[in-house]
Amino acid sequence: MVGLNHFLVVGILLFALGLYCVLTRRNAIGILMGVELILNAANVNYVAFARYGGAPTDGHVFAIFVIMLAAAEAAIGLAIVLGIYRMYSTIDVEATDILRR
Amino acid sequence: MTLGDAVFYLIAAITVGSAAGVAFTRNIVYSAVSLLGTFAGVVGLYFYLAADFVAVVQLLVYIGGILVLTIFAVMLTHRIADVKISNRSVAPLPAFALLVAVVLAMLRAVGEGEWKVVEVTPQPTTYAIGDAFLGNYVLPFELASLVLLAAVIGAIVLSRKAVRE
Repeated sequence: MVGLNHFLVVGILLFALGLYCVLTRRNAIGILMGVELILNAANVNYVAFARYGGAPTDGHVFAIFVIMLAAAEAAIGLAIVLGIYRMYSTIDVEATDILRR
Repeated sequence: MTLGDAVFYLIAAITVGSAAGVAFTRNIVYSAVSLLGTFAGVVGLYFYLAADFVAVVQLLVYIGGILVLTIFAVMLTHRIADVKISNRSVAPLPAFALLVAVVLAMLRAVGEGEWKVVEVTPQPTTYAIGDAFLGNYVLPFELASLVLLAAVIGAIVLSRKAVRE
């Protein structure tokens, strides 16, 4: 029987894989993909507790807020990445680690 | 194992498998397509949890907005010269060790936690979410509009070309 713990384990695995992306990727967009995975893991947690914890509306409202903030942050992050690409012609975070030319 | 459990395991396998694809492939375009698989799997999980409104919001905003934006950015910054390895990893083994440690610690927390599970019959959620947004959560709702306005203005300012007088 599928219960709360199954969804928490899925959230844990998504979080761990997102953390791995953030730690090891050299491409800046790869790092942003890891951040999206971490936010999705938190959302899965919210919605699972909303289903099994007795306060369904609150969990869903928080999940919608997280989705909205993730959209805003992805837009700004990708605009910054495009600015970096325009200036350095690469988005390798190992190569673009100085503040001034 | 009932059919419902089998469906859950299938959706969870799609989600976690695609997330592993995002984390471990070397090509950034494969990562973006695996991210689509992850988001679609999460939509399936939301429908399984009877969160109908959140699932549709995830479909529209994450897959229809953020993923399309990510693929645009990948295509605009993808160098044609090095097509094979465009997304190398830095220090994969220590990061993998840290990942295993984090997973084990969190699994232990989940195993030892005594969650109070309240069984409710699932209802359609849209009406209740609308009431909550204009009732209890009206202040975060209005602040969210301000955040989105600031994000749109910021993205426009950041991505335009420099204006020369």
